Amino acid sequence: MTFSADAYFAEVMGEFEASPRASAIHFSRRSILKLSGAAGAGLILAFTLGPVTEAAAAAMSAKDFAPNAFLRVSPDGSILIYAHRPEIGQGIKTAVPLIVAEEMDAAWADVKVEQAPINTALYGRQSAGGSTSIPTSWDQLRQAGAAARSMLITAAAKKWGVPVSECTTADSAVAHAASKRQLRYGELALAAAALPVPDVKTLTLKTRAQYRLLGNRFTGVDNLKVVTGQPLFGIDQAMPGMLYAVYEKCPAVGGKVISANLDHIKTLPGVKDAFILEGNGVTSDVMPGVAIVADSTWNAFKAKAALQVNWDESKASKDSWTKLQAEAKKIAKQAGAENITKSGDVDAALKGAAKTLEAFYSYPFVPHATLEPQNTTAWFKGDSIELWAPTQTPERAITQVAKLLNLPENRVTLNQTRAGGGFGRRLVNDPCCEAAVIAQRVNAPVKLTWTREDDMRHDFYRPGGFHQFTAGLDAAGKLVGWKVHFITFSSDGKTPVAGGNIPAAEFPLPLVAHGELTQSMLPLMTPCGAWRAPRSNAIAFATQSFIHELAVAAGRDHLEFLLEILGEPRHIPPATSAALNTGRAAAVIKLAAEKAGWGKPLPQGHGLGLAFYFSHAGHFAEVAEVSVDAQKRVTIHNVVMAGDIGPIINMSGAENQCQGGIIDGLSTMMNLQVGIENGRVIEGNFTEYPILRINKAPPKIEVHFIQSDNTPTGVGEPALPPVAPAIANAIFAASGIRVRSLPLRNEGLTV
Amino acid sequence: MFKVNGTEHSLDGIDPATPLLWVLRDTLGLVGAKYGCGIAQCGACTVQLNGVPIRACSTPISAIDGQSITTIEGLAAPDGKLHALQQAWIDYDVAQCGYCQAGQLMSAAALLKDKPAPTDADIDQAMAGHICRCGTYTRIRQAIYAAAKGGVA
Repeated sequence: MTFSADAYFAEVMGEFEASPRASAIHFSRRSILKLSGAAGAGLILAFTLGPVTEAAAAAMSAKDFAPNAFLRVSPDGSILIYAHRPEIGQGIKTAVPLIVAEEMDAAWADVKVEQAPINTALYGRQSAGGSTSIPTSWDQLRQAGAAARSMLITAAAKKWGVPVSECTTADSAVAHAASKRQLRYGELALAAAALPVPDVKTLTLKTRAQYRLLGNRFTGVDNLKVVTGQPLFGIDQAMPGMLYAVYEKCPAVGGKVISANLDHIKTLPGVKDAFILEGNGVTSDVMPGVAIVADSTWNAFKAKAALQVNWDESKASKDSWTKLQAEAKKIAKQAGAENITKSGDVDAALKGAAKTLEAFYSYPFVPHATLEPQNTTAWFKGDSIELWAPTQTPERAITQVAKLLNLPENRVTLNQTRAGGGFGRRLVNDPCCEAAVIAQRVNAPVKLTWTREDDMRHDFYRPGGFHQFTAGLDAAGKLVGWKVHFITFSSDGKTPVAGGNIPAAEFPLPLVAHGELTQSMLPLMTPCGAWRAPRSNAIAFATQSFIHELAVAAGRDHLEFLLEILGEPRHIPPATSAALNTGRAAAVIKLAAEKAGWGKPLPQGHGLGLAFYFSHAGHFAEVAEVSVDAQKRVTIHNVVMAGDIGPIINMSGAENQCQGGIIDGLSTMMNLQVGIENGRVIEGNFTEYPILRINKAPPKIEVHFIQSDNTPTGVGEPALPPVAPAIANAIFAASGIRVRSLPLRNEGLTV
Repeated sequence: MFKVNGTEHSLDGIDPATPLLWVLRDTLGLVGAKYGCGIAQCGACTVQLNGVPIRACSTPISAIDGQSITTIEGLAAPDGKLHALQQAWIDYDVAQCGYCQAGQLMSAAALLKDKPAPTDADIDQAMAGHICRCGTYTRIRQAIYAAAKGGVA
């Protein structure tokens, strides 16, 4: 019996990992289509991935032209751009339109942005995860902008009777310098709409040097609404006659409802209904539980607090983190049950080493704790359903709900709302599915809101994990052998839990002549999932801390030791743009070290710590400066980051993601964990899960980018993994205290 | 009776134990104040009671009888001119997901009213009741300083 969502995550994350980074896509595989809208609508372009499907063609020939396109130039001069990916705080709703606007030479002030409807036939994949939204949309968006520009410039040239080559575009206008004539895009919209859509092969995309918008700083397109408190988020949805629901599930995953005090609950103030749902037993859909529907959130919450359920826990999780930790420690020094990768002869290399070093690293389970708790509003109308959901995977939500309610997918409408944080939690649509099933029983729109405790105790957790390292150094202090026993968890005994796997090419294995990675899996029922920079967020801590330990043992400078491991600039196979490039890695490491003043004299008691990590196609290095006092209080004075994700789309957004990722990483390494006993997650609210606050945040986080002509890649995740080892290494440099287990507060260190 | 952003509302028919947050969100349709924890730990629900920041999730409606509440919807001037902090929040592109920011702004506005030129320690003290899960603290601090420099009434 498994209650994991591992198969679900394998599909979702597999899709992200298989996503071509834009450089691998050929223009010829794209189509750009002009919509035949109502007269007077101006120029509308839609574009799809791959050949035009029948569904896409049907959607686009509809008389009701709005809003099924990416881009719309109206005769009044306004330019509407649809952002087609979920905004979860990563800034995609601003970045997507910027790319379109850049290629079409639109003035940013003329651009209005709306969230696109969910229509994969028109937009291709619309999920947000794996830091892939930018790289997988890059060509698509640039082509859309360039096609619009081409049609607008052609329309102007025709009107003036001059060659297109004599015309230029800038700030939403076409100009003909020789005759000093200019036409605004709005004035050209109708004429442009009458022109044939150019073949994508004829489009010339800008070079980086020609960018006017990209790389500059732009404030988020929803910021005015954010600072004035306008409705934006899933939880803000309201409609006449709406009811409010809560849903109680077994605290140990897999438990079923035997009975509940429903009669009593139904007598409570404001309660409209209470009923048991069997669910389909799938954690990513609907698990068994009790739904309460009331006339306000508060009445629903109060009734939930009075709810008493008898659970059948015969098949439920009995997981114990205490026991799992003890078991991991017990087997750590054995070789793992499964061989993941092996190169050379590591045992001989270690035997022949001048010095060997062993260390055991561990880290705990953590929930996502998005500040907006899970929620969805659903309105079942007999033969159709409409949902308002802060999801990261809207197209999957439609498929799941259709299946659960036995409706055709075209009878499920999902309105994508802004999400109050994602971090991977909202890749799963369990709140959406629960709301849909509850709505089916309620003759009204109904908003399901999870309490904070529900949210923390019914998550798909970042799995804990353990690394037993053995490594050897030769007489010159060079790394000659690297051996790891990785201990993770499995729900089925065959594959690691979601977010708990380790790749064969895990750093630094492809770079050492004699390496070995083995794996053991302990049985687990607690659902696991993708947590910001899945697996990397934890592996980086263990690996990059141990590399520092080796540098210290070798009596060598960490920077120089790390660069030696990287060696000559080269791509680590497979040589795709999504693979580690040691040249780019060395460059960010050197830049971070230089900007942080690596090797400079430090105030008494201060230490610098360095770490590098490559994830989500991003090369990132960070240097932290910390001090530790006699009470083991850690002060983070400064964090300096250098990253290479190709060209930057929105400098403000990119810096914000990096600073936020660093604070998230710091917060998590210092203080955050959940315990699991008898299948139950212990922590339920922020008193027990103390997310870092402003008074403990570093006063300075310096962000530097190496911008290149490489395809831009995502920035929501890759800045996070290096921060924990950078700070751990700095703590050692400052105090001699080596931390090998997270969070640090368990080791008596406070921030 | 109580006032929200200058408008009087009746308490009739509302259970006096109901937290202010849910009256604002579900009854009055003012959704700027957010639910984050329900126990006054995260600050997402922060509004001002007679100018003082309070956690609406843990303030029963009975406690505000006859009093005046300002929510994020009422922070800008009646003519729509943004508060200096709201403008600074936009200028510095503070928000990531944005969920906590209404609460952050209500505390920051009370801080500047009290201390027009706050120090780092003042900011720490005034803002430590808030959680920003996205970690926008660096920019929150910058934006408060910027608004303070610009002069806040």
